[in-house]
Amino acid sequence: MKCLVTGGNVKVLGKAVHSLSRIGDELYLEPLEDGLSLRTVNSSRSAYACFLFAPLFFQQYQAAAPGQEALRCKILMKSFLAVFRSLATVEKSVERCCISLNGRSSRLVVQLHCRYGVRKTHNLSFQDCESLQAVFDPALCSHVLRAPARVLGEAVLPFPPALAEVTLGIGCGRRVILRSYQEEEADSTVKAMVTEMSIGEEDFQQLQAQEGVAITFCLKEFRGLLSFAESANLSLSVHFDAPGRPAIFAVKDSLLDGHFVLATLSESDLHSPALCSPELRRLAPPLQAHGTPPPDDFANDDIDSYMIAMETTVDSEASRAVPSIALSPGLRPFCSPDPYSEDNEAEPSTEPGTPPPKKFRSLFFGSILAPAHSPPGPSPVLAEDSEGEG
Amino acid sequence: MPLLTPQIQDENDYSLVASLDNVRNLSTILKAIHFREHATCFATKNGIKVTVENAKCVQANAFIQAGIFQEFIVQEESVTFRINLTVLLDCLSIFGSSPMPGTLTALRMCYQGYGYPLMLFLEEGGVVTVCKINTQEPEETLDFDFCSTNVINKIILQSEGLREAFSELDMTSEVLQITMSPDKPYFRLSTFGNAGSSHLDYPKDSDLMESFNCNQTQVNRYKIALLKPSTKALVLSCKVSIRTDNRGFLSLQYMIRNEDGQICFVEYYCCPDEEVSESES
Repeated sequence: MKCLVTGGNVKVLGKAVHSLSRIGDELYLEPLEDGLSLRTVNSSRSAYACFLFAPLFFQQYQAAAPGQEALRCKILMKSFLAVFRSLATVEKSVERCCISLNGRSSRLVVQLHCRYGVRKTHNLSFQDCESLQAVFDPALCSHVLRAPARVLGEAVLPFPPALAEVTLGIGCGRRVILRSYQEEEADSTVKAMVTEMSIGEEDFQQLQAQEGVAITFCLKEFRGLLSFAESANLSLSVHFDAPGRPAIFAVKDSLLDGHFVLATLSESDLHSPALCSPELRRLAPPLQAHGTPPPDDFANDDIDSYMIAMETTVDSEASRAVPSIALSPGLRPFCSPDPYSEDNEAEPSTEPGTPPPKKFRSLFFGSILAPAHSPPGPSPVLAEDSEGEG
Repeated sequence: MPLLTPQIQDENDYSLVASLDNVRNLSTILKAIHFREHATCFATKNGIKVTVENAKCVQANAFIQAGIFQEFIVQEESVTFRINLTVLLDCLSIFGSSPMPGTLTALRMCYQGYGYPLMLFLEEGGVVTVCKINTQEPEETLDFDFCSTNVINKIILQSEGLREAFSELDMTSEVLQITMSPDKPYFRLSTFGNAGSSHLDYPKDSDLMESFNCNQTQVNRYKIALLKPSTKALVLSCKVSIRTDNRGFLSLQYMIRNEDGQICFVEYYCCPDEEVSESES
């Protein structure tokens, strides 16, 4: 693989890496015929992000040497991020960036041609890997809202940096509400303040959701994509469904698209005041009304009943063509198992890292997509791990 | 005993007296070598040299020439003492390290001699602070015997070109490898970290390159942890001279322009980490 990025696009690429770095510790880099894909998933697998840079984004793009198969690789996010660490410097001094992946040297070579003829060459070690692919389809989400990133960016600005989750919903008058999410058990000092931002419908380019719907998701990852979208001056669309189902945040222009898939809390709004009026609560029945009871293994976790399905496949093209949402275990029959899917992404369960402190613990696994491998109900392996690590 | 000496004394009683209208002209330079707690100060009629060393491998010298001071008197041929540099810097910035614009802190520094404390009188807006810092037995400093006649390769760069490189050094690499050569790659900084290696190449005709005098290809490695502190001097400087001698010893000289436009120099010496056999061509 060899590609050449020039001018302002180097910063766009750097900015994308920065926003991916908010999610995962590893970066999956995959040259495809329709562009270069950068993907990551967080350690608890509750968030997945991918960017696809179209061949036209590059001055030169070659997915694979002629007659050879395209390589894909996995590198440490940290080391790739180091290449673009200071975006200000990248913008100021980098004129060209050449990325090449060479199987023989086993190095991902990133070369930055800077001002004054200075040349930085990073030879990054990588691991071969399977393709990382989340299975999701924005078209299957019943609710959509789309606004310039700036609108949403300004709306999340007042939230304290330490705030973990935010609730996004539609309030009365079809105003879009963003509110800091409080855990019930949160200590009183944190609980003392709720921040709520309300944005009028007119600021949205698309608002396809009825009053009363709401989802709660992690703010950190959302901010990551927002800052990318803001710097690229793009619109951000949010596709979501019932609470607990993954929400899909997407940006797109002619040269690139980006998708962040974030887990949502399965009870979006039980503990906080209603978004609008008591009637709205009626319109949006609390979760128990439509949620499946959480599986026993995860009885302590209030959001573990739904999962983002994600899998790794040997054949990336095949997986990219399978847009399906893996539903909650209770609704498993809807899953369309990918024939190629394997449970080969074993790291999450073997990783020594501490378990994520938040409740977005559960998420997708190849195993739930491959019923042949998985027992009915949530994978017992997962349960053991989260208990063992906890 | 020395702490109780009366404050008002004849100037002749002091072996060193120095006054400065703007204390930052001193404190900034000292910060550039502040990577260890203690420093040795040598004063002669030409000025003060402050030396900091680490691991018997690296030495930093800050030169504050007599002309920087408004008053500079040394009674003896040379005055030497060791002092806690952290404390000295704390005292020098006792009125705050980033003063309000338009206000200057003035300094008068007196040293009575061996065994006496270093006295600092700092004045800002009519407020005077007196600091007495105990001095210590001077220690022998390293002699790197870095002689300009033995210099093989010498490069003068605009500091701007190195600043980013040093601030982004891959600290997982144990060494920084410096290649200087009359041929490609001319001047190269390399690190070998956990994530892989990286090289930074400066062509000899770059606009950053003020002068390029390389006679022989040299590849030397220096402990990155020892060189990293020189970033402090680098960020303050406008130009840096990089020299290596026939033993592979490295000299980095930083030209620092102070707030009054005067030039001071800070110098780092570092010995190479190991012999790289293929370096001798």
